[in-house]
Amino acid sequence: MFASHTDWSLHRKGPVDQARHNQKIREAIKENLGEIISEENIITSEGDRVVKVPIRSLEQYKFRFDPYEQKRVGEGKGDTKVGDVIGKLPPEQQGQGDKKAGDRPGVDYFEVEMTIDELAELIFEDLGLPNLRPKASQEVESEDIRFTDVRRKGAMGNLDKRRTVLENILRNARAGEAVFRGLKQDDLRFKAWERAVKRESSAVVIAMRDVSGSMGEFKKYITRSLFFWMVRFLRTRYRQVEIVFVVHHTEARITDEDTFFRLGESGGTKVSSAYQLALDTIKEKYDPALWNIYPFHFSDGDNWGESDNRKCLALLEQILAVSNLFGYGEIREDGYTSTLMSAFSGLNDPRFIVAVIREKKDVYPALQRWFNPGAGGEKP
Amino acid sequence: MSFADGDQTLEDRIGRIWDLARGFGLDPFPVHFEVVPATIMYEFGAYGLPGRFSHWTHGKAYHSMKTSYDYGLSKIYELVINTNPSYAFLLDTNTLLDDSFVAAHVLGHVDFFKHNAYFARTNRDMLETVQVDADRIRSYEFEYGAREVEEFLDAVLSIDEHVDPFRPVREDASDPGRRSGDRHGEQHGHQRGAGDRRGADRRGPSGRRDDKKRRAQTAWDDLFEAEEPAEGEEARKPGRRGVELPEKDLLWFLHQYAENLEDWQRDVIAIVRQEMLYFIPQMQTKIMNEGWASFWHNRIMRELDLSDKEFTDFAALHASVLAPNRKRVNPYHLGFKMWEDIEKRFGRDRLFEARELECDQSFLRNYLAEDLVQDLDLYVYALEGDEWKVTEKAWEKVRDTLVDSLTNFGQPYITVEDGNYGRKRELYLKHHFDGQALDVPYAERALAAVEKLWGFPAHLETELHGRKVVLTCEGGQVLKTMY
Repeated sequence: MFASHTDWSLHRKGPVDQARHNQKIREAIKENLGEIISEENIITSEGDRVVKVPIRSLEQYKFRFDPYEQKRVGEGKGDTKVGDVIGKLPPEQQGQGDKKAGDRPGVDYFEVEMTIDELAELIFEDLGLPNLRPKASQEVESEDIRFTDVRRKGAMGNLDKRRTVLENILRNARAGEAVFRGLKQDDLRFKAWERAVKRESSAVVIAMRDVSGSMGEFKKYITRSLFFWMVRFLRTRYRQVEIVFVVHHTEARITDEDTFFRLGESGGTKVSSAYQLALDTIKEKYDPALWNIYPFHFSDGDNWGESDNRKCLALLEQILAVSNLFGYGEIREDGYTSTLMSAFSGLNDPRFIVAVIREKKDVYPALQRWFNPGAGGEKP
Repeated sequence: MSFADGDQTLEDRIGRIWDLARGFGLDPFPVHFEVVPATIMYEFGAYGLPGRFSHWTHGKAYHSMKTSYDYGLSKIYELVINTNPSYAFLLDTNTLLDDSFVAAHVLGHVDFFKHNAYFARTNRDMLETVQVDADRIRSYEFEYGAREVEEFLDAVLSIDEHVDPFRPVREDASDPGRRSGDRHGEQHGHQRGAGDRRGADRRGPSGRRDDKKRRAQTAWDDLFEAEEPAEGEEARKPGRRGVELPEKDLLWFLHQYAENLEDWQRDVIAIVRQEMLYFIPQMQTKIMNEGWASFWHNRIMRELDLSDKEFTDFAALHASVLAPNRKRVNPYHLGFKMWEDIEKRFGRDRLFEARELECDQSFLRNYLAEDLVQDLDLYVYALEGDEWKVTEKAWEKVRDTLVDSLTNFGQPYITVEDGNYGRKRELYLKHHFDGQALDVPYAERALAAVEKLWGFPAHLETELHGRKVVLTCEGGQVLKTMY
């Protein structure tokens, strides 16, 4: 009998299978993204905050006894009496004890903790930017100088001492003895640098929202949820993303983010006012030659009248001419087609993408429609 | 040698512990102790055996064990493998006292493995076997796709407890001419040296095929010998003569008679079944075995010349391992107390007799006495509303509840009743209701796994609220019929 100590450092079975388990979790999350991404607690979170994501189907199902029905045996401290309470069901399971066997829903999911950033990464895996156009001055030469190479000639100020010594030793080694001595010109090595050219790309999102009376709490919530992921996605693709918030009823104005989501005003709706303001803003501040432009409009599609719808269409064509993508999100709880949508139906431009959202789970498909890399686009 | 003299190497101490154990009458297999880092310890703990096949459920177990270790919530002190020689693993962060404690405890387990009747048929070359099996499963992944193999394993693992550890015994009894026990006796005799059973005789140079032949000579003869006449498809028809029903061994039945399985799938079922048959004796003797090891570590440690500090550490360790639990019986504690009680009541010889003959269920039925139930303050509890409440204190009720809970090692007892139900090749299973209802949502999904393996619809009869209920799974959809 003896004891031994083996080197286990290359043994990786547990971590490998754990990775497969994690991958299964990711798959399960992806399958349920539609339901997960519009969860309230998620879209109000910061990137590094951990959220609990409910996932299904990672349990191993067996023939087992009903855990609520079983009689069990425990061990007390010496004075246990019949009727003593030794534990309670956790709050989420309360009420289950009173139900009969077979009537309880299975506890068939568990919660995984992940950060918003990790979740975003999963969501964005399949998204891409359509209709990318090169922008003339996207490339800005940065001030940075990076040493990336080594050369035999150069200014003494850039002498790479370590490599020079190394070369000398190597040369001596070839001659028989690996020591540092007798430095020659041939040994000298110089650092060479490159002026790093960084791609500086910018995008602007023009977020337009209908704040007229017909946009209730649900519609506000959906807007917020879509917007949350949209901006987050664009930030992963562009170095700089600016956002212009435009609210409108019969008149449009630029607001801050907080007001944008909070505002609810009574009155009618004139969508053209918002489109006009968007167009003006682009002309004024965001030269299409420099900026990637992403206007998004959230509305229930109820507009003042046919004349304004026609006006919208005309403005929209002008906006599209300078935009990468125009996302129109129509949030309706009923199934009817709006007058605005009918007006847009004649428009045939791949950059104009409509998404209709009737319930929470439509948020993810809307994102997929807007940021569909297959639609003539490419990943930047 | 004396520890008081500062003679403190691990080998020395293990040697001393070995001598003490032998002196007490323990007769373990030789034990190889291996010092490992925590990650490896937790991996072995999660897999049950080092080198076992890859599956995400193992990864999940590994993750949860390692996490609870990383957060300092739990620590596995010892892990011992029932093979000959046995392998025991020591955490590299253990103190010498920890290691002494573990070594003493391990020798109790290994003595138990060697002498308890329920372990008589376990494969003592299991480490090699699981590695060969894992290699084969990996080769199936290459050949048939990792996802395909994983999904098949998902299905098999969801019914892996439904085997019959007595199947080989039944077969021997019905056909004394092919007593596999003879071969086992030779294979597992202690007279052979440790060196010549280390795999060389199992893994032939020609690899798989050769291995398959050899395997048939070892542990699961019941599977492979029975398979041989089944070359023709006719033999797979469950309606054929000679199929004795009901059959408790669901995996065996599927392996033999499921019509649409490919060879690799049949092999995967055989592998899982083989592993389960290896683990079941441990499930059947948890209380006895942990109690036995605790009883002996306690005796052995008291004979070592421990310093005061070490003795205090030992007492703390012993107390933490044996800590009672309000919600479940701690097998270490109950087992330990019972062995002490048996020694007191019947003398030392009875200890060795009981460790040879009993399993947990018979052990408790035969030896759990009124005084001990009261001393340990054991009680029955159940859910009332949202609270777990103590419902029984009467010692016989407590004992009977415990004994009943160990039926079929705590798993629902399910048998195959018909393999050609309704003459439509459908499989009819029956849960033998003993007062405990099944978890229906779980049962529905497990039944879907059975259907997938069987290849035709599957039924499960059980009882709910005093009524017969049949779950029928067809195309993954489950229908519930109340009678």
